[in-house]
Amino acid sequence: MKQRRQLCTFYLERLMFGVEVEKVQEVIRYQAMTRIPLAPGVIAGLINLRGQIVTAVDLRRQMGMSPRPAGELPMNVVVRREDGPVSMLVDEIGEVVEVDEQSFEPAPDTLDSRRREFIGGVYKLKDKLLLLLDTEKAVATVEPEAA
Amino acid sequence: MPGGELLSEMGEIIKEFLIESNEGLDRFDRDLMALEQEPRSRELLDSVFRAIHTIKGTGGVLGYKKLVALSHVGESVLSRMRDGTLALTPEIATTLLAMADALRSMLQQISGDGGEGDADHSAVQERLAELLIPQTQRPQLQRDPQTTIAAEVPRLGEILVASEVCAPEDVHVAMNQQREGDPRRLGEILVAAGVAEPSAISEGLKTQSEHHEVASNTLRVDVSLLDKLMNLVGELVLARNQVLQFTGTEKDSGFLGTAQRLNLITTELQEGVMKTRMQPIGNVWNKLPRIVRDLSVGCGKQVAVEMEGAETELDKTILEAIKDPLTHMIRNAVDHGIELPAVRTAAGKPPEGRLLLRAFHEGGQVNIEVSDDGAGIATEKLKARAIAKGIVVAEQAARMSERELLHLAFAPGLSTIEQVSNISGRGVGMDVVKTNIEKIGGTVDLQSVPGKGTLLRIKIPLTLAIIPALVVTSGGERFAIPQVSLIELVRCDGATRAIEDIHGACVYRLRGSLLPLVYLNRELRLPEPASSEAVNIVVLQAADRQFGLVVDEINDTEEIVVKPLSKQLKPVSCFAGATIMGDGAVALILDVLGLAQMTRVVSESDGRSSANRADAAVAAAVGRESWLLFRVGQQGRMAVPLSLVSRLEEFAADDVERAAGHEVIQYRGRVMPLIRLGAVLGYEGTDAGSKLPVVVYSSHGRNVGLVVDEILDIADESVAVEQDRHTGLLRGAAVLQQRVTDLLDVPALLAAQRLNEEQGARA
Repeated sequence: MKQRRQLCTFYLERLMFGVEVEKVQEVIRYQAMTRIPLAPGVIAGLINLRGQIVTAVDLRRQMGMSPRPAGELPMNVVVRREDGPVSMLVDEIGEVVEVDEQSFEPAPDTLDSRRREFIGGVYKLKDKLLLLLDTEKAVATVEPEAA
Repeated sequence: MPGGELLSEMGEIIKEFLIESNEGLDRFDRDLMALEQEPRSRELLDSVFRAIHTIKGTGGVLGYKKLVALSHVGESVLSRMRDGTLALTPEIATTLLAMADALRSMLQQISGDGGEGDADHSAVQERLAELLIPQTQRPQLQRDPQTTIAAEVPRLGEILVASEVCAPEDVHVAMNQQREGDPRRLGEILVAAGVAEPSAISEGLKTQSEHHEVASNTLRVDVSLLDKLMNLVGELVLARNQVLQFTGTEKDSGFLGTAQRLNLITTELQEGVMKTRMQPIGNVWNKLPRIVRDLSVGCGKQVAVEMEGAETELDKTILEAIKDPLTHMIRNAVDHGIELPAVRTAAGKPPEGRLLLRAFHEGGQVNIEVSDDGAGIATEKLKARAIAKGIVVAEQAARMSERELLHLAFAPGLSTIEQVSNISGRGVGMDVVKTNIEKIGGTVDLQSVPGKGTLLRIKIPLTLAIIPALVVTSGGERFAIPQVSLIELVRCDGATRAIEDIHGACVYRLRGSLLPLVYLNRELRLPEPASSEAVNIVVLQAADRQFGLVVDEINDTEEIVVKPLSKQLKPVSCFAGATIMGDGAVALILDVLGLAQMTRVVSESDGRSSANRADAAVAAAVGRESWLLFRVGQQGRMAVPLSLVSRLEEFAADDVERAAGHEVIQYRGRVMPLIRLGAVLGYEGTDAGSKLPVVVYSSHGRNVGLVVDEILDIADESVAVEQDRHTGLLRGAAVLQQRVTDLLDVPALLAAQRLNEEQGARA
């Protein structure tokens, strides 16, 4: 009784991430972006997605990775959410990968706690690991901590 | 599943029934009241009768027994009136209106849980039945519902008789033939009998069908569908704008022609779709005479409602939004404005009060006015009340202009009427009206002449989805500013002189008064422009305050489609939304009120967050007052109200002593603490001369000496205090003797120096 699952993959700092295919609305190349002054740092700006205004979240910043080298343009992975689509900025787009639920393991405890909260688990592929991204957390802006 | 389908079909029928019945009842109210004015109008009576009859008929089919029972009695009463055996009296009208309310509450119940509810409406029913009692014999009421409904459309026979094509007898003969089983239609029989020409019959049929068309050329459309269309048109407008951008660079004449055509069609389509959402304001107004009638009967007043411009159209969303504020304004006018008949007569006015509703278009906005010829607003009372409620202090109130006093009526928690009636004056009132109107981008103004009446004017935008906006650039980013907030544009060259700096708060002198400046680049942490030879100031209105927004460049005005920002951006209060510009780029829309609050041009509690608006009005202009001007340090020009100063003295520097770490001086047999303003305020270049000019300030029976560098003058001027520029020890700044002067907040200073008597007592 094998359960198969399709993941749309992409890369951030050479790590491979995946999101359930059903959650992805579309993948598009770099779009001109409008910065939003005073907005939380993880929000890169607004893009015009065929007349719809979509907020773009920089996943590198969200996960505390190094900033994207200058000159490298990010790609947009647009995910569906209840209150409208949100775009996640990633380095590179990979293929759609079919994974086996039996190759799934929870994220190791040793993973940097800042990144760990965004990762729902790990799929062990033949030649590398595929990190399952928790999109809800990945596009959320940090809630102000109880002051 | 067929069962499910049937159920949902029933749901549809019931929904339709509810919509129709509610509309019918609204018509019933309206026409019944019109009938009171015009008792002889058969047309109105028929309309009233039909409304109830239809509800009864459909309600019966759907099995709503209570609804049918009640409307049946009502119908009986109306039927008597139609027969001429009963004349409409105010008592009957009131009872019939009560019946309409009872029917409404039943409909409400049905729309909630499908049942008629347990509410007891027997009282209304009995009162209606009583109206029938004097008559000895009850008329036969069981009519065939269809005949009466069909009465809306005149029958062919009636038309033919009316147009004198044939005699009534001929029609009767033909109809009898039909009844006896003649399968032919009435027209055919008449033609066959030779009493009418075929052309006359077809003419008659045409007349009849025209009546049908009037009833069927309107269509019910779900509002959400219109909303969707509206959004799509918004997209189209944007796409059109993008296409038009290319017309500048393309030379292909075919393309140019097509683009032009696209432009025209889009504009027309946009107008057309906007129109579908437009409804006459009369739809909302129609409910008001009923409210006025109930109210005026309730408080023994006589009020005539007049309407002008009921056909003025507004976007449906806006119409919904103004419904409640409008109702509230009407209630206020009847309850507080219009006097009792006796009072009116004594004042030489007709006993019947006049309430005028006016609506008209003006400059892309809709003006709605509610005016009455009542007592007007007693500003003295308003003032006393505002002071009693702690909304303003007596001192402030004394300096307020008549207009500002009037606007106290919008302060929350204020009601001028001494006795709280069950109608209005429950503490929520005009402030809610103002907040609601401002929420949809409108403004409220109030004018009143004691003894003559009150006028409330609302100005609201036609539609919310597409708004005109000014596009500006700052730090390389474009921003849209809604035109409603825009007052004027100022461009000043050689900016350094025109803009003055008060402790980091920049102000610009605009025609003699101080305009606080907000630098968009700084507020949004955007890069500063390279050089600033000229300064572009966009003068904006936020709540009751004006401020100048300094931007790098002023581009153009454009119609923009407002799109909401996603939830992640909610905490950024200075943006109202985003829009897509002609070139496809996204631009943010500035929220002027949010920006003003962020930069503290208006206080947090101001504006949207509903609290104290009065204080803004107060601060806007503190009236005429005497000020003591003095110099602190080399530059500091300051003032305190003269009323707070008890004496001006000059002490020798050598006489200053120390007590408990404070500088003191012996003054009139007591120890007076000294405060060196230069040191406290951090001004440089304070003289260390042998003479100390001192402003003696008296507080709670104690004297405090403020050491200044030079006493300059006394100015007797009315000043505009920019109170929101309040920074620590300064109350704000004002122009005194043509120069920007800081106003010292002495109580704050004393508190800071722990010389405040009360604090001392507590310690």
